[in-house]
Formats: sequence, C-alpha cells, structure tokens
Amino acid sequence: MKNTIKITLGFIAIALTFSSCNNSKSSESKGGLSSSAAEQVYVKPGDHDEFYAFLSGGFSGQLSVYGLPSGRLFKVIPVFSQDPEKAYGYNEETKPMLMTSYGEIPWGDAHHPDISQTNGVLDGRWIFINENNTPRIARIDLSNFETSEIIEIPNSAGNHSSSYVTDNTEYVIAGTRFGIPIPQRDISIKDYKGNFKGALSFIKVDKDSGQMDLSFQILMPGFDYDKAHPGRGKSDGWFFYTTYNTEEANSLLEVNASQNDKDFIAAVNWKKAEEYIKVGKFKTMPTKYAHNIYNDETHSATTTWGTSVKVLDPAECPGLVYFLPTPKSPHGCDVDPTGEYIVGSGKLAASLTVHSFTKMLDAIKNKKFAGEAYGIPILNFEDVLAGTVEQPGLGPLHTEFDGKGNAYTTFFISSEVVKWKLGTWEILDRQPAFYSPGHLMIPGGNSQKPFGKYLVSMNKITKDRYLPTGPEVCQSAQLFDISGDKMKLLLDFPTIGEPHYAAGIPADLVAPKSRKIFKLEENKHPYATTNDADTKVVRDGKNVHVYITTIRSHFNPDNIEGIKVGDKVFFHVTNMEQDYDVPHGMSMIGANTSEVLVMPGQTETFVWEPKQVGVWPFYCTDFCSALHQEMQGYVRVSPENSNIPLSWSLGEE
Amino acid sequence: MKKSNIIMLLAALLPLGLFIFPLWNITLEAPQYPTPLGMNIHINDFADANPFDIKNINLMNHYVGMKYIPEAIPEFKIFPIGIIITTIIGLIIAFKGNYKWFLGWFILMIVLSSAGMYDFYMWEHDYGHNLNPKAIMKFTNPDGSIMGFQPPLFGTKHILNFTAHSYPRLGSLFLALGIATSLLAYFVGKKTKNNTL
Repeated sequence: MKNTIKITLGFIAIALTFSSCNNSKSSESKGGLSSSAAEQVYVKPGDHDEFYAFLSGGFSGQLSVYGLPSGRLFKVIPVFSQDPEKAYGYNEETKPMLMTSYGEIPWGDAHHPDISQTNGVLDGRWIFINENNTPRIARIDLSNFETSEIIEIPNSAGNHSSSYVTDNTEYVIAGTRFGIPIPQRDISIKDYKGNFKGALSFIKVDKDSGQMDLSFQILMPGFDYDKAHPGRGKSDGWFFYTTYNTEEANSLLEVNASQNDKDFIAAVNWKKAEEYIKVGKFKTMPTKYAHNIYNDETHSATTTWGTSVKVLDPAECPGLVYFLPTPKSPHGCDVDPTGEYIVGSGKLAASLTVHSFTKMLDAIKNKKFAGEAYGIPILNFEDVLAGTVEQPGLGPLHTEFDGKGNAYTTFFISSEVVKWKLGTWEILDRQPAFYSPGHLMIPGGNSQKPFGKYLVSMNKITKDRYLPTGPEVCQSAQLFDISGDKMKLLLDFPTIGEPHYAAGIPADLVAPKSRKIFKLEENKHPYATTNDADTKVVRDGKNVHVYITTIRSHFNPDNIEGIKVGDKVFFHVTNMEQDYDVPHGMSMIGANTSEVLVMPGQTETFVWEPKQVGVWPFYCTDFCSALHQEMQGYVRVSPENSNIPLSWSLGEE
Repeated sequence: MKKSNIIMLLAALLPLGLFIFPLWNITLEAPQYPTPLGMNIHINDFADANPFDIKNINLMNHYVGMKYIPEAIPEFKIFPIGIIITTIIGLIIAFKGNYKWFLGWFILMIVLSSAGMYDFYMWEHDYGHNLNPKAIMKFTNPDGSIMGFQPPLFGTKHILNFTAHSYPRLGSLFLALGIATSLLAYFVGKKTKNNTL
C-alpha cells in the first residue's frame, strides 16, 4: 500500500514537471496568459516591489505611486488638484499651494513626471511634474512623497513640453503649446501669425534644497512646442523641442496645422543662453506669477510673487536656437542614453525620424542652413538625419531606451509597442497594446542609465479590458518584460486619471530615505501644541483658535464651551504621536471643508463656522487604535449674545 | 607589580564599561511592530532602542493601566556612585592589597550586583502589577486574579499580544567579566603565594 502511494506521488511529480515545462514554452506564444507571467509579477505578501513607478494623473491633476512588477497602487500624491482625503488644498496650511496669478485653482492637468538626476543618472531626490492648463511645475519631495513646491510659469499657455530635467538637474523646463500674445493684449485671433509667441522657460533648481527659480525665458515663434528632451552626455547643454503648427494656424488645427510636410525640432543651446544672460543680452519683462513653497517644519505653505522675468530673443542671440526639419507634426522628442540620437515621432508620418547630434554640430559649424524662420536658422533635413525607421507602425508618439542599444516606441493608431535598434534602424519586435498607447516608460529610460527590465505602456483606450463600470472606464497600463529579445506582456493594471507619462526608479534608491514621522520637537507651526499642558482655546474677536492635540486615543481638550454662533473656529490639530503609521484624522459635524489627516508630529488646521446653537460632536476619522471609536469630543455653541466664558477640558467628570 | 595585582587592576577597571554600554535590554515584539519596541537600561538612563520607543511603550501600556516609565529613578544616581566607589576600592586593592583582599572585593561585588538585580526585579514587579484601577482594559488570569504585565527578569515571556525579551547587554558583560577577573586574581595570587612558600 505504502509503495503504491509512493509510486503514485512519483508519477504526479513527473507529470507536474512536464506540465510546467509545457507552460513555460507556451508562455512565449501566449504572452500574459501563461503562468510564468503570473510568477514574474507576483510579489509575495509582505515582500516589496523592485521598482517605484510614478504615473501622472493627467486630468486628475495628481501623481500616483505604483510598485513594479506587481502593478499595486500605493499612494496618490495630490499635486495640482484638491484632495479632501488628505485635506490638500482644504486645510489652511496647503491652500497656498494652489495659488496662482489667477487666484486659487482647485484643479490641474498633470502631465510629465521626471525624477531628478546627477550625472545623467536618477538620484531619487525629487520628482517634477508639469501642469498643462494653468502653466505650473511642481516639485515632489521623495522623502515625504508630498508636494513641496509649485511655481507658476508666466508668458505661457498649455505647458506641455515640460517638466524634464537636465543631466545634473541644473534646470527643469517648461514650454508653450498654445501660442499667445506676449505680453497678453486685446488683439484679433486672426492676427495670430507673427504676433503670437511661445515661451520656453528654464527653471533653475537649487542643487541642495531643490528649490526652483524661474531663471529665463526664450521667446520663440508662435509654433506649438509639444514635447521636449534634454541632451544627454555628449549633447548635455542642449534641449530639444518638437513643434507642430509651424503653419501658425489659429483655427481648425487638425487640418490647418497638418499641412506642412515638415515641422521642426528646435535645438536650444542652454549653455549659450546662460552666457547671453550673463552678458546682459536679455530684456526684463514685468509679469506676475505665484511661487508656492511648503515648509516641512512649519508644516505650512506660503506664496510669494514673482514680478518680472528675463527674456531672450533668439533672433538677437546667434547660436542660441536652430531648427531641425522633422516630418509631419512630431510629438515625442526623445534623446538616447548616449546623447547622439534625437528621435522625432512624426505623428502623421509613415516613418520615424532620427537626427544625429554630431551631424547637427557639423552642419552648424559649416553654416549649412536651408533658410531661417523669424531669424532662427533652419538646418537641412538631410544634413542632420541619422536614419529612419521604415514602416514602423502608425501614429508614433513616444520613445524610451533600454541602455542596450534598443529603442521602444508607442504607436497610437496601430495600437502597438515596437522595439527597434539604434544605428541599424531595424525593427526587432512588435507587440500589440490594448489599446492605443500614448507614452511608455522604462525606469531611467530617458536618462543616461536606463534600468531596462520592464516597460510600462500607458494606454489611452480601455474598452473591454476590465469589468465594465458604466460609460466611464479607467485608463489602463500594461507591463512588458523587456529583458529578453522579444517583449513579453506580463500584466494589465488600471490607473488613476489619464497617465501621460511616468517615471520609474529602482526602489532601493528611494525606499531607505522614506520618512516615517515628523519630529514633534522640530514642529515650528505657529499654532502647534507640542505639550499637553499647552492646549488652549483663545478668542480673538470672532476668531477662536483651538490648540488641540491627538494621541491614542483621545483629543485634548475634548470638551469645549464658550463658542458662539457667528464665530470662526480654527482647529489647530497637532498629532503628538511619534510612531510610524499612526495618523489621526479630525472632522466636525457640518464643517464646510474636508477632514484633516495629521501625520505624527504634524499640525494641520481646519475651519468651522458654527451656524446653530447646540452641542456638536467631533471625532477621529482615521482608525488609529483599539479605542478609536472613543476618540471623540463636543463643542457647545451658544447664542451670539451669550456670555458663557471659553472653557476647555479633558477627563473632567 | 605582581601578576595577580595586574589582573586585579583589570578587574577593577572592567565595570567602568557600564558607563559606555547598556546594562540590560527589554524588547517587545508584536504583529503591529515589525520593528520591535525596545528599551536599553543604562546605569544612569532609560534609552530608546529606536527613536521614541519608550514613548510608544508608554502609550501601549496605558491601555492596561501601567505607569509611564519614569524619566529618572533614584538608582540612576546611586548605581554610578556605587560603581565608581567599588572601582576606586578595587584600584586601591590592586595597588596595595594582597590576594585575600581580591576575594573580599569579589564578594562585595556579588552582593552589590545581587542587590541591584533584586532592586530591578522589585521595580519591574511594581511596574507590572501596580496598575491604575481605572485602566481601560482589565485582564484576569484563569484563576480570577488580576493579570500582571511584569516583563521577565531574564528570558522571554508572552504578555497578551506582545512577546517580551529581557536580556543583559554589553555593560553587564563588562561587570561580570570584572567580577570573574577579580576571582581569577584571587586564585593567581593564592597560587603564587603557595609557590613562593
């Protein structure tokens, strides 16, 4: 009997071995359907992912943080849009983050995240992201995973060719997709041609603090500056921008901006620009823009106003800008890790155009110009062309690199990702994407040092990929394994908003620096209460300031009397915890704002304007502890003319 | 200087390691604490194993009515003085005394260390049993008596959701080595004496 069991088990073992062999074979042909794909994306419970992926939220205005290869969502960082969950843009501390020269704006369109670099390699300190609608650039601190700074970009509209960083994060850039009159004035839209301009902005990044400073702008002709990429390595010191609408059409652009056989890639020598600024060849233009900075010690943001900007006119600055003719309204503008190749993805072209940086320098040196546009020299297409990828697909949008000499391009119309070889321009592989990919991302894939293991394709159309959720469905990302000769689809995962681009980085460059708590002793919030003995309620006319603390599992104070109808009550909530992952939340019945969600050691403020006499409860909104349900309190509201004195207490019966 | 006196000199100096290294450590493990909470007991201080551990131990313990771990206890004054005095005595003996004195120092140190352990046990007992009658959570043993939360004096013990470990640290090793070395000095001294006789 025992032997029978043994033999049976033996057969089962052999059968399993064979069947698993079959599986691994079939995985090549069946892609994501095979069990080995499942194994590749399976991160055991409690284990960590190998990469962080930061996906832009597009019209959500935020930045989402995923793990790769699992595709698990960790956090949505509020950047340009209010977030009641985290009180971002609702509490008194973060309202200034959303300030602009147009006033406070609750929403933004977040596009292209880019991680800071040192010597052309990701350093994992900050991540920058641009807002397209009301031009702004945000900096997110990767120790807090919170937005630290937002700077508004004046003289700009449709800040799309943004927010990419140079090899040493000297600059993060902004651009102008929608030509506008600069300075703004009342003129006929029909007078677009020649009168409208596009500003390219260079924002200096402080190498220690990361703080941004609008350094200068280059006032370009009114083309649409679509995408951009800094030079890398040998081409460091240059920035490249794709343009469309070189026709300078102001209406029905889908037709009128698609007439020219070639548009341009603008090559900007920013080191030259620095020289022109140094010798004073700029004009100072009055303007107004908001610069919002969040301070980790006061836990509060402040807005300061910029009032002028230095502007360079390329027609008066020889050697500053050159135009590289590039077919048919190019979108993606991508420079390979060596800095030699500049890939222009002509959206409407039948082939992919790749320019050579070396050839460009030669042509400039030999002054081989085909003409000029608004005083900017145009180079000959043939003189700068490195090669073309023939018949790659339809509707190329964006290219990234694996650091092994290969490039990967998304094709929106033919709905695929295509792998091709730099230098030989041959197509090596193509895989369908579901459906219509926009951008793709390889961790470090736009830097000098890509981590070429995974590729994320961000697809614009989802249709039937998931369970339906009514007319509106999520957008979808797809993860490919690119470690082999052929790409292999591993995983679909839903995304927040509409990711236009993403940035990925090995987790070990970021995770060890992730903050656990804010130290209470470093809290410099003007209304912080860092000691239980200092809790108090202070009246200042109609304004009442409540200095209140939270610690497991109570508020101090939790009984407050003497508040009157018509008062404006500021709850300054300090979380006294100094333990990892013990936030407390607070909200008040009828408060016309969001909760606050206060991290250990932090102070946040929400405003409550009581309208009715009565006794009104507040409570902790984050399940903090075993006695979370007991974490509650009351405020007594008396008539406006009452003379009940302010009083507050905890634990008095 | 005789060999035994040199050994005694070493014995007298070794306990000074207590001023550098912790005497004891109590570590509390629980599912919610992938990094355990820990407290290092120094001769003159309670110290966090990781930042804010003591604050967080206090926060946990208030649910069952335990007192906060005090900022300072009288022992923090007495112990360092005791070590300094016994070291001075040891040094005097090392320079002036003979091997019989070494045994005396050994016995003195054993007595004082035992007293220290007893004192530590008493504090622990009080800490674990003298509970606030208004404690949020009250637990009873199977026999109906009030459950105590005394950490072990030495070893590992399960207390509700926590596993408590209580073990000596490097400082204690220095003290123990010092005491053992004084005994060695005694035997070496005795042997030398017998040989010369």
